[in-house]
Amino acid sequence: MMEEHLVDWSRAQFALTAIYHWLFVPLTLGLGFIIAIMETIYVKTNSDFWKKTTKFWMTLFAINFAIGVATGIIMEFEFGTNWANYSWFVGDIFGAPLAVEGILAFFMESTFFAVMFFGWDKVSKGFHLLSTWLVAIGSNLSALWILVANGWMQYPVGMTFNPDTVRNEMNNFWEVLFSPVAISKFLHTISSGYIVASLFVVGISAWYLLKRREIEFAKKSMIIGATFGLISSIFIIINGDESAHQVALKQPVKLAAMEGLYEGKKDAGIVALGILNPKKTLTNDEDTFLFELEAPYALSLLGYHDIHAFVPGLKDLVYGNEKYNIIPTSQKMAQGKIAIQALKDYKEAKRNNDLIAITKHEKILRENIKYFGYGHLNKPEDIVPPVGITFYAFHIMVALGSWFLALFALLLFFVLKKDILKYKWLLISAVASIPLGYIASEAGWIVAEVGRQPWAIQDLMPVGIAATDISSTNVKITFYMFAFLFTALLIAEIKIMLRQISIGPNGGH
Amino acid sequence: MLLKNFLNMYIEGFKNLKIGKTLWKLIFIKLFFILVLLKYFIYDDNFKNTYKTQETKIDFVYKNITKDR
Repeated sequence: MMEEHLVDWSRAQFALTAIYHWLFVPLTLGLGFIIAIMETIYVKTNSDFWKKTTKFWMTLFAINFAIGVATGIIMEFEFGTNWANYSWFVGDIFGAPLAVEGILAFFMESTFFAVMFFGWDKVSKGFHLLSTWLVAIGSNLSALWILVANGWMQYPVGMTFNPDTVRNEMNNFWEVLFSPVAISKFLHTISSGYIVASLFVVGISAWYLLKRREIEFAKKSMIIGATFGLISSIFIIINGDESAHQVALKQPVKLAAMEGLYEGKKDAGIVALGILNPKKTLTNDEDTFLFELEAPYALSLLGYHDIHAFVPGLKDLVYGNEKYNIIPTSQKMAQGKIAIQALKDYKEAKRNNDLIAITKHEKILRENIKYFGYGHLNKPEDIVPPVGITFYAFHIMVALGSWFLALFALLLFFVLKKDILKYKWLLISAVASIPLGYIASEAGWIVAEVGRQPWAIQDLMPVGIAATDISSTNVKITFYMFAFLFTALLIAEIKIMLRQISIGPNGGH
Repeated sequence: MLLKNFLNMYIEGFKNLKIGKTLWKLIFIKLFFILVLLKYFIYDDNFKNTYKTQETKIDFVYKNITKDR
């Protein structure tokens, strides 16, 4: 019997590690491109001003990179210790993209990173510029492989379950790589990183303008940051639409939780602003919201690209809806239990070398494998994720994303057409928006990961089965140890960054 | 010649570091913590080390994913 709360502690530890790791990653993803754009201008204009500007932002990039590097390795340790069943069950599907990421990151980032930092005046301008672009592209390609692995957990494709090894084996690499969920996840996640980096650049530039320091440097940096941020914000709306469409098709329970939708309906609207009723449960008739402001038809349109489409609610997905061909979870649980029993019978038949029984049980297993994870659930209601966290995280992300779009547009207009120094409120807003970018990006991950609970691998493995039966005391101790380590790293990063920002673009690196 | 220039780039680069020196110290402390302390003292008791053969690994996971709840 697994210790009480062990799974929750293992989840908390992984969440803590992933959240802290994600504080460092998005800036690397976006700032790399912003630096590359600045250096391209330098190479085109041959102006010392742009060289100095590039070097300043490159220094901040290096601080973030140095503090964040290797923090992701801890998650790999956790896979082996806390999530052994999961690690084995996913087989090479998870391992292959991570291995590609490791090799790619090592060769591309580390090699060209050195040229980018040490190569000024040592290599030709063109080669240095190429290195800078390759660092930016390399870090984004690294993210691709991680997100492909994550996309597979959200929507497992391109594999066959091998009952002899109890592993999933990849049979179609391209199906895993080009899974629509993986692609939309990749695009949505990297563009969120671009926005975080743009907010970082415009925020720091705004701080200089408020201090009446480095005026030209700050204005030019702000133009690049705001332009990059504005383009990224438009792009994230487009790929966010595709992400929501994929969630509607592949993870409808998550979509229902994101919108607090208990009863399915046609012409469904999106709650633009709302407060959930804490008394609402799946089985009572309480109102879902204490207060709501709805945009009509928007959810049907977003989810299914049809304003009149039926959007299933949590009740439809748990208890079934015959009219819309939604099978009840109890039926999936029954099929899951058949799959688990078939696996046991298959193993027994193998031990007895009973060829007829082997074929028979393997057939039953294959027919029911897609609901394997449901066989481990205790009750149909277990498929519902925490609605409150998912709903608020989604709405915080969308609200902040809308604000960033407006902010970038305003900054660009005022810095190009007006004397931005006179608009203190706008500059203060830009500085204050730096942490908001991180909050929005983390909120996006919370929607993606909390919204797919109880699954470690969608429909195949719930988190309770994925976790290893180890001492919860050890997990608690390491949880606090990581909390301390990461907090110390974050404080170090902020302190070093602030010192470098206060030195300004005329300091060295 | 190319290799020599490349190495010189690193050596001179490290020599001329300003903020970079602090960063390298941080990187080494962090790597020591993660790759030595964590790997060998906290996460040494992992699935790979505990179950040495393919058969024992399969047996462990098989029992966990088929046991009655």
